[in-house]
Amino acid sequence: MNDVRKQDGASSTAVAEKEPSDMRRDAPAMMPPVDVIEDADSLTLYADLPGVTKETLSLHADSGTLSIEAEVGLSLPEGLQSSHTEVSVGRFRRSFTLSKELDAEKVSAELSNGVLKLRIPKAEHAKPRRITVNAA
Amino acid sequence: MYGSLFSRDLFAELDRLQREMQQAFDLSPTIRGFGRSGFPALNVGGTPQTVEVYAFAPGLDPATLEINVDRGVLTISGERKSPLPEEGTDGKQPVVHINERFAGQFTRVLTLPDEVDPDGVKAQYRDGIVQITVPRHASAQPRRITVS
Repeated sequence: MNDVRKQDGASSTAVAEKEPSDMRRDAPAMMPPVDVIEDADSLTLYADLPGVTKETLSLHADSGTLSIEAEVGLSLPEGLQSSHTEVSVGRFRRSFTLSKELDAEKVSAELSNGVLKLRIPKAEHAKPRRITVNAA
Repeated sequence: MYGSLFSRDLFAELDRLQREMQQAFDLSPTIRGFGRSGFPALNVGGTPQTVEVYAFAPGLDPATLEINVDRGVLTISGERKSPLPEEGTDGKQPVVHINERFAGQFTRVLTLPDEVDPDGVKAQYRDGIVQITVPRHASAQPRRITVS
């Protein structure tokens, strides 16, 4: 299997890795809203994942696919009866196709206050270059 | 007569249809609207002692979050900054490919039941969820009456 789940371990807020076996692919899940911004050397993705901690988040960057799967960890008081619900599913899932100039092995991730920030650098050979024209 | 098939504004018709469907599902709409698409999303529940409100508001600075209780109405307001780059004319500006997350100021308003004690409201912000706990008055809490 072409498994390249690697994360930037240097950052203390780096997201823990999880095995795919503990994810239930068929369970209903919400699609988190995201922002994706591209600059010259990388793509940055922000995703809203309220209630998600780094223990309940799993990220996979496989060949050509980036997938985010997370669970909302809400500790509810005993005897709580729900009277109004806008968030009814405690699970997030979303995946993206990565183009081949992105370096999936160097994805770095940060999670703070329920916002996931992923930085996907572009491969060295894919960065923009100015081509100089030599006079003949 | 009937006119052509698309003589009226199609989007206005879709809006009307959506409102009618909401009305059909939600039998007691409040005067402050549905707020289904609002930010932050709210879940409300109750225990015999408290009313619990969960606001799903990731990426906020807790210091900028304002929570007020006034005459039985709970108001949650604040602002969320956008991470998107400023608009520029320079060709080297970062490009925004997807922009779905909420940005800007928000306010959500919720009517609390009559028997709550507005002085004892507690709020905490954790992992992007604001949890607001409003205690009920002691007189409104269920009590077991012993028979002597």
